[in-house]
Amino acid sequence: MLLVAVAIIGAGAAIYLMRHHESSQAQTSSSANPMAPDFTLPQLDGRDLRLSSYRGKLVLLDFWASWCAPCREETPHLIELQNKYGDRGLQIIGVSMDDSPDPARAFYQQFHMNYPVAMGNAKTGELYGGVLGLPIAFLIKRDGRIYAKHIGATDPAVFDKEIATLLQAP
Amino acid sequence: MMSAAKYAKSVVILAAIAVLSVAHAAGQATAIPTTRLINPEELVKLLHTYGKEKPLMIQVGSHVLFSQAHIPGSEYIGPASTESGVQQLRKRVESLPRTKFIVLYCGCCPWGRCPNVKPADDTLRALGFTNVKVLYIADNFGTNWVDKGYPVAKGE
Repeated sequence: MLLVAVAIIGAGAAIYLMRHHESSQAQTSSSANPMAPDFTLPQLDGRDLRLSSYRGKLVLLDFWASWCAPCREETPHLIELQNKYGDRGLQIIGVSMDDSPDPARAFYQQFHMNYPVAMGNAKTGELYGGVLGLPIAFLIKRDGRIYAKHIGATDPAVFDKEIATLLQAP
Repeated sequence: MMSAAKYAKSVVILAAIAVLSVAHAAGQATAIPTTRLINPEELVKLLHTYGKEKPLMIQVGSHVLFSQAHIPGSEYIGPASTESGVQQLRKRVESLPRTKFIVLYCGCCPWGRCPNVKPADDTLRALGFTNVKVLYIADNFGTNWVDKGYPVAKGE
């Protein structure tokens, strides 16, 4: 009985640690905040998405892929954030790094994503310093400058705090 | 005081959770024995050492990531978490001697969350390859290879 309990606790702890050991590496820009590189990419519905058309909004630009487990866990939280802050000026934009639109579209529908998703490519990744792991998210202020870069799955509370703070800024 | 039936039911449920947990962990990269792993530092040293047998290096993850940066000389096969990726991997290696030195890598995600390297490693083992190593990438290819200044190639 005790051995069963220990085995279960151990398995649970292993699963918890495996899922949570990777912590987001946040890099907050200094006073020389660079402008977010502009791009035009096709959305899942075929329309073009141009990043600079969202100037004036607080943009959370999220690079993800349908096969990325941390991305799958993060997406519901991003949907919540869009619901919570959308009418205050937040716009989340997903950039799928899937090799084709089909899995991205299936993911979009499965998760009922409430923000636009565009199909990324190597050139877009290179514009942003190389998207060589997923997810990677950039917080882009209303003036188009990058405020923060988050590498890896990010605690939703961290996003929430940053977004709330930046939405209060002029 | 719990009845015997309820007690037995609780034990069965808890045991099922334990089994599922183990099964889940077994599908993860963390289930690959450390003896089958190679660190980035070790691989770089090996690639730079004259006379050492150079491995066939195969990236088994994302093509978009491969195009941005990959280990020079490595080949892209396709995500081994998909059936088509596994088939492409089989097709690539089927004519090779089973003693061929092969290094598999991905780097899409933190090690414990990578869906690709374990299926690739399992496939080669099942085909009888005896000299396979999996590149241990703790966080992602950018952090653990590119940012370390190790050799990088771009494009196809």
